[in-house]
Amino acid sequence: MRPPSRVREMPILRVVARALAPVILLFGLYVQFHGDFGPGGGFQAGVIFAAGLIIFALTFGAEALRQVVSVVLTERLMAAGVLLYGAVGVLAMFLGGEFLNYSALDPLTTGHHGQHLGIIAIELGVGIAVAATIMRVYYAFVGRRPESDGETREPSLGAEPGGRTS
Amino acid sequence: MIEKILVLEVVLPLLAAPVCVLVRHPRFCRFFSLGIVAICFWIAVALLFEVRGGGVVSYQLGGWQPPLGIEYRVSTVNAYLLALVTAMALVVLSFDSRGGPPRVPEQRRHLYYAVFLLCIAGLLGIAITGDAFNIFVFLEISSLASYILVSLGGHRRAVMSAFYYLVMGTIGGVFFMLGVGLLYQETGTLNLRDIAARLEPSLDDRGTVLALALLVVGISIKLAVFPLHHWLPNAYSFAPPKVSAFLAATATKVSFYLLAMVLFTIFGAPFVFGELRLQAVLLPLSILAMFLASGAAIFQTDLRRLLAYSSVAQVGYMTLGLSTANATGLAGGLVHLFNHAVMKGGLFLVVACLLYRVGSVHIDALAGIGRRMPLTAAALVIGGLSLIGVPGTVGFVSKWYLVSGVLERGWTAAAVLILLSSLLALVYVGKVVEAVYFRKPAEIQPIDQVREAPLGMLAPAWVLAAAAVFFGLTTNWTYGVAREAAELLLAGGI
Repeated sequence: MRPPSRVREMPILRVVARALAPVILLFGLYVQFHGDFGPGGGFQAGVIFAAGLIIFALTFGAEALRQVVSVVLTERLMAAGVLLYGAVGVLAMFLGGEFLNYSALDPLTTGHHGQHLGIIAIELGVGIAVAATIMRVYYAFVGRRPESDGETREPSLGAEPGGRTS
Repeated sequence: MIEKILVLEVVLPLLAAPVCVLVRHPRFCRFFSLGIVAICFWIAVALLFEVRGGGVVSYQLGGWQPPLGIEYRVSTVNAYLLALVTAMALVVLSFDSRGGPPRVPEQRRHLYYAVFLLCIAGLLGIAITGDAFNIFVFLEISSLASYILVSLGGHRRAVMSAFYYLVMGTIGGVFFMLGVGLLYQETGTLNLRDIAARLEPSLDDRGTVLALALLVVGISIKLAVFPLHHWLPNAYSFAPPKVSAFLAATATKVSFYLLAMVLFTIFGAPFVFGELRLQAVLLPLSILAMFLASGAAIFQTDLRRLLAYSSVAQVGYMTLGLSTANATGLAGGLVHLFNHAVMKGGLFLVVACLLYRVGSVHIDALAGIGRRMPLTAAALVIGGLSLIGVPGTVGFVSKWYLVSGVLERGWTAAAVLILLSSLLALVYVGKVVEAVYFRKPAEIQPIDQVREAPLGMLAPAWVLAAAAVFFGLTTNWTYGVAREAAELLLAGGI
């Protein structure tokens, strides 16, 4: 990995990235929670949110981002997002409906209220999982270091990229 | 009660995988995955008892009505598959491989179990679902998981063979997807029963014939039908031994179910075997697989490659049963799913025992090992006899019904060829047995210190070896279910 020192010396990049990153994160949250009224949803929101963090990492170094979101945390969040999705489905089963039948989530009101609740919950799961996955992919790329014999250090499921953080 | 929790068969392993990733504790993940698979096995057996005799259990995901919503639909055919996959997963996962695959360090081992669970969930999903697109999704889940599992083998070539498997498997998946897309264009629905009801296949309808061709080729790659089998020997011989055992016992079996379901349920036997005469292609390919793959197995010097080539030959027996398109032959093919899973799964577990103690499964390295590891070698012999088809083992049961089905169809030459190909199996099994029992140990590799495999490894291997004998003597359960499934498929139902 080329050290990001030259990028760090570029004031325009640093200022713009610092200004843009929070806006992108906010926009990601907007797309996430407005997804049931307008265009958007968990997948897009997750990608946008992760992109905001990755812009930060590209200008200030992956190490700076790792201090906020560690590699292990991204893996945990990936799993947690999927589990949230599945848990909504299983909860619907416990409330007497079929798997993923969101109407069962709100048995008191007939109509679409339960569907609404269910969609918000599962899209949140999708958003978390996608954001974490994109960041994990980014970490995997950043962690690759060419070695003397041309082999990369990270075999599949092998060592942590940038093993210091785990 | 069972129809309310049917969906858990897929949901449990699917959600257990992220739980493993969250917990990150290898010992917990090992026993947790074993427990989850045990529950799945119980559900599968309960389903099988529920649907035997022509029953059907249906489940609507999310409460959406079936042709629009996704429907899980279980009859004898897929309940049989579910029981087979979960039983094999249970035995293989209970195999104590002492530290998991070689290239996965301790702190990443939880991911290995997560991927294993995803593979199981994908295979179960293919078998249980009644929705064409859903099949594709589960096909990809199980395939992606199995590419990862194969790449974890100890040898550096494991990664290369996993990549080759990935390329071939993805081509197969694309073909399948194109076929499903054409069917959707023809019928406007993705529900399998709805497709079958709306489709009126005829030779003049190019779209339908093309859809059938794409589906058959796509599934044939995944099933490793003879000229498309090239990914299999490398994938099976470089994967971690436990993974080889699991994939050999389940992955091709589920693909076979998929092929049978497409041919008999969606397109119907009268069109496929009456008008189109698919047997004119399938029968020669099956016989070529039996001979060429068995012939290739004879010349292998590595036990795993030998078994892998033998698997290609065994797929030939299954597709031969399929191409007879009568109840006896098809039941022979279906019963061979279970029988081959039992014997090949057992043999690959024996390979895992040998690898653990001897460090190599090169035939020369195994010389004289029968005296050092008598129980392991005995399980190897039982599995080998079953591959040949000796009476009293499951291999005999399959070949008996296959030959009966072929004779019923009037293909006397094919029946003779089945028996002749068994002689080839005799040669390659004999070669291994000769080395293990009668040859002197090679001097370069002293085996004096080699001891019998530990109980945690030996017990699962022997469970499958014992099953190979038990179901070779009692055929009521296996053949009974397979026969019922075959009649159901021929009648066009699932």
